[in-house]
Amino acid sequence: MLSIKNLHASVEGTAILNGINLEIKPGEVHAVMGPNGSGKSTLASVLAGREEYEVTEGEVYFKGKNLLELSPEDRAREGVFLAFQYPVEIPGVSSTNFLRTAVNQVREYRGQEPLDAVKFLALMKEKMKLVEIDQKLLSRALNEGFSGGEKKKNEIFQMAILEPTLSILDETDSGLDIDALKVVANGVNQLKSKDNATIVVTHYQRLLDYIVPDFVHVLFNGQIVKSGTKELALELEQKGYDWIKDEVSGTAV
Amino acid sequence: MSLSVKKDDKLSDLFLQTKPVPSGLEGFSGLKSEARQILLERGFPTTKNEEYKYTNISKRIADSIENPDAPSPISDTSQIESYRELLASIDGYEVVFNNGIPDLSQTDMSDAKFDAQLFSAMDASVAGRIGTIEKSEKDAFSALNTLSFSEGLFINIPDGTVVEKPIVLIHYVQADKNGDCIHPRYFVKSGKTSQATIIELTVYTGSQTVFVNALSEWSVAPNAHIRHYKLQDGHKDTLEVHNTSADVDRDATLMSVVLSLQAGMIRNNLSLNLNAGNCEGNMYGLYLLNGKTHVDNHTNVDHTQPNSDSNELYKGILTDHSRGVFNGKIFVRQIAQKTNAFQQNNNILLSEDATVNTKPQLEIWADDVKCSHGCTTGQLDEEALFYLRARGMSKESAKALLLYAFAGEVLDKISIEPFKKYCEKIVHERLGGSY
Ligand SMILES: Nc1ncnc2c1ncn2[C@@H]1O[C@H](COP(=O)(O)OP(=O)(O)OP(=O)(O)O)[C@@H](O)[C@H]1O
Ligand SMILES: [Mg+2]
Repeated sequence: MLSIKNLHASVEGTAILNGINLEIKPGEVHAVMGPNGSGKSTLASVLAGREEYEVTEGEVYFKGKNLLELSPEDRAREGVFLAFQYPVEIPGVSSTNFLRTAVNQVREYRGQEPLDAVKFLALMKEKMKLVEIDQKLLSRALNEGFSGGEKKKNEIFQMAILEPTLSILDETDSGLDIDALKVVANGVNQLKSKDNATIVVTHYQRLLDYIVPDFVHVLFNGQIVKSGTKELALELEQKGYDWIKDEVSGTAV
Repeated sequence: MSLSVKKDDKLSDLFLQTKPVPSGLEGFSGLKSEARQILLERGFPTTKNEEYKYTNISKRIADSIENPDAPSPISDTSQIESYRELLASIDGYEVVFNNGIPDLSQTDMSDAKFDAQLFSAMDASVAGRIGTIEKSEKDAFSALNTLSFSEGLFINIPDGTVVEKPIVLIHYVQADKNGDCIHPRYFVKSGKTSQATIIELTVYTGSQTVFVNALSEWSVAPNAHIRHYKLQDGHKDTLEVHNTSADVDRDATLMSVVLSLQAGMIRNNLSLNLNAGNCEGNMYGLYLLNGKTHVDNHTNVDHTQPNSDSNELYKGILTDHSRGVFNGKIFVRQIAQKTNAFQQNNNILLSEDATVNTKPQLEIWADDVKCSHGCTTGQLDEEALFYLRARGMSKESAKALLLYAFAGEVLDKISIEPFKKYCEKIVHERLGGSY
């Protein structure tokens, strides 16, 4: 489904991703971990099409298409969804209007009929239940004045509405209380199917108790320096990153 | 002997010829000769004048205006189609200004709880109010209007009257030829505890170069609540100056909303004198500029007594080679303690050649006041744009959605629903969104 080969990216001339290789198949959950500043959000942003990041080398294919050639909106329409680490507050834009426009543009791209107001409302209701998000929140301007946790929930709500094939959750767990974490994880699990895949960027093993990964990758200095199964996350939780850093510099010497 | 005429004398030559005071307006001859005297002494502003530093409207007028007198009246304004649908949906009291001259013959006043009089037929008791709120010494174009108006309208909203339907002032402008100008003039006197909404539209038929030099005075009595919405939507060869001044008394509110959409050049001078306690002056503006349109909003709010509030929000979206100017003066006199004054001017530039000059000017002499001001000029928020696109919205519709949200904050101040809808629709179309 997603194939990343030797991906290098830089921002304002500074190299941040230094050769990422990653293969993701339908139905899989991949966890990406790694110390602050190692490039996790950069990877997520490059996949979603943020224009400040310049891809200097490598390739990314998504469902057989060259992802790097697509605009951010076309990536979303193809089924890529990024749950932002820091969702943007957009005053004056109503959550409902925005989502309906987005959904219908995605549907148009996929050759589906647009949803009318009634059908869209029904869809909203169904997905609101799934992530236990309050109606009041959605009647406000998009993310404006939302608490940290509310913003994260809203990301998962949007994901539920857009039904992506590849979801990239960038630290969706940070800022969530224990109950909200369970709700969000439960939402993600319910949306999981054999046809879609998830990349979970996180610092904490805790989330991975609920969203169980098939693979865990450690990103360091813009490279995946170690991959393993869910036991690797447990090991990181106990030992931190120093041993990996040592391993990396050990091989470098 | 050849006389060399200096360029900036052209306006004096054009406008300051002595002519008789129009019949019926003899009572204003003193006011008019004072205005003429001021113009003779001071002339018209150039960019050397601080107040007109960025707005060389004198030159634009000198270059394109040829005729100091209003063009002949339009034979039948009821045949003009523009705004028909809007006017029908507003269903207000329509008062026509025909090339600057108020024409009450078309206004259905049968159930109107206010009265309207022509200056030439007005009661001597109120004639003395004209020119007391907006004085000739304040601005050259204000003096020019006073010197040049050949009729005016006096609107009187009696004490305790709530005028339910909006009063719609429609300026129909039709030049005989390029280079005509008109000087519309009116005065609104609102009595104690009265309420009214005045909507003002200018309708240009044809594409001639015209100069509209309007002036209005507003007297807002204790506990009166008055709203004034003005739509400026001309074409690339319209030049407009609007001098608007209000005296606001205790417990009263005056709200002004000005939407500037198309023009060659517009200069709006808005002055609110908050003359008593617990009164409120609210000034809102939205300008969406393209081409070479130039819009200058100069506002002035004067807090002269304790406990008054002013709120101001002007927003602009500019593209192509357009230019926006904002200057907001706030005076808080020494005795005007407990004043609250807020001012904001925010601009989005969509092209490299569009410019904005914005300047807050605060003079605060009292110490126990809450004043704040801020101005921003920038591009569209890239983070927000990416967020919307990452959800599948096209770049164009994401842009339009963000711009519309930006503009919406001003449009939301309009409380007459059909007029608001109309403005929303044209702003929507202008921002090019298909969302
Ligand atoms: N727009 C930018 N301009 C300059 N530097 C940037 C920019 N974006 C990212 N960086 C730098 O790139 C590096 C990687 O950042 P990134 O956000 O991808 O890290 P991360 O792994 O997500 O970290 P965290 O765990 O703290 O979220 C950091 O050193 C960061 O400062
Ligand atoms: Mg990050």
